[in-house]
Amino acid sequence: MVLRNPRREVELHGPMRVHALLERLEINRESVLVIRGDTLVTGDIQLHDEDEIEIRPVVSGGSS
Amino acid sequence: MKCRRCRAPAVIEIRRHNAGFCRDCFLRHSREQVRKAIDDFDMIRPGDRVLVAVSGGKDSLALWDILRDLDVDVDGLYLGLGIGEYSDDSGRCARAYADEHGAKLVELDLPADVGFDIPTGARVARRAPCSACGLSKRHLFNQAAVDGGYDVVATGHNLDDEAAVLFGNVLRWSTEYLGRQLPVLPAGNGFVRKVKPLVRLGERETAAYCVLKGIDYQVEECPMAAGNRHLGYKAALNAIEDQSPGSKHAFYFGFLDKASPLFTPEAVAEQEQLQACARCGTPTTGEVCAFCRLVERARG
Ligand code: SF4
Ligand SMILES: [Zn+2]
Ligand SMILES: [Zn+2]
Repeated sequence: MVLRNPRREVELHGPMRVHALLERLEINRESVLVIRGDTLVTGDIQLHDEDEIEIRPVVSGGSS
Repeated sequence: MKCRRCRAPAVIEIRRHNAGFCRDCFLRHSREQVRKAIDDFDMIRPGDRVLVAVSGGKDSLALWDILRDLDVDVDGLYLGLGIGEYSDDSGRCARAYADEHGAKLVELDLPADVGFDIPTGARVARRAPCSACGLSKRHLFNQAAVDGGYDVVATGHNLDDEAAVLFGNVLRWSTEYLGRQLPVLPAGNGFVRKVKPLVRLGERETAAYCVLKGIDYQVEECPMAAGNRHLGYKAALNAIEDQSPGSKHAFYFGFLDKASPLFTPEAVAEQEQLQACARCGTPTTGEVCAFCRLVERARG
């Protein structure tokens, strides 16, 4: 699978569940959305080699 | 995972509600959470004209969209901050939303209309960028609302923002800030009412809302935010939330319910001592308000 995570591309081999993927990448699941193709997927979804996945950070930093 | 409401396949799980939602049920859930916040805290009353501060990011665009869906009389306000490409892209997102939905967007530009941009202003005035930025936003949003005859300014602060600010204020026991950290600040003293209708939604939810509604928002982070304390607080709270879903909600709403009243008398007393700024008339503790001092130094 190809991860588009704006600035980097990572090759990973599935099948793998979304939760396991985030754990592998040490990403807190509260801080991202996982998008496959053009829709969101939940943690229990199985991802495959041919999937195009975006892990989109949702935490913004402004303090005003 | 299945949708809690209709049993269709879920697209998002919200662990603090112990629930998954399909697209349509999630959008409805988001609207209901905003409606509940508005009603619980008496944020917007029938007949109010609302100005929503639109940054082009996920929170403010989701807020604008939800308020429109809830039939609130609402226009957008975009303030250009002069932060390079980040501001250009943000402005594009705000305008694109307005165009696509036939919504009214009022525009102000800090460099063109006031005479400085955030990076320069902050450097010259020796303030942290976010502090110069926050000060400018508070002042100009209010000014625009007063000028435009609006009753309310609504901002996109979400549950994560409020919990992180609370965390910082508690760490340092900044009691005067704790007294004013409320989802509604009433009108008075030259200020219109200020409300935060997204306090019941986390930022993961506002981002999901935009993705599912096809709203194009500024995904990039403001370059001024990198490494600030606020992000550290959010990371700490998310680590706790991951172990124990619902912690952020309990922290923030528990504060409003049980602790906030202890700090309000101090904040109210402070408000009462304010006098009008010699330049702009905004209530302030000194002779000239912090915004006017910033403008003065930043224009050089
Ligand atoms: S991160 Fe700071 S400087 Fe950037 S828009 Fe937010 S408050 Fe302003
Ligand atoms: Zn459903
Ligand atoms: Zn002033």
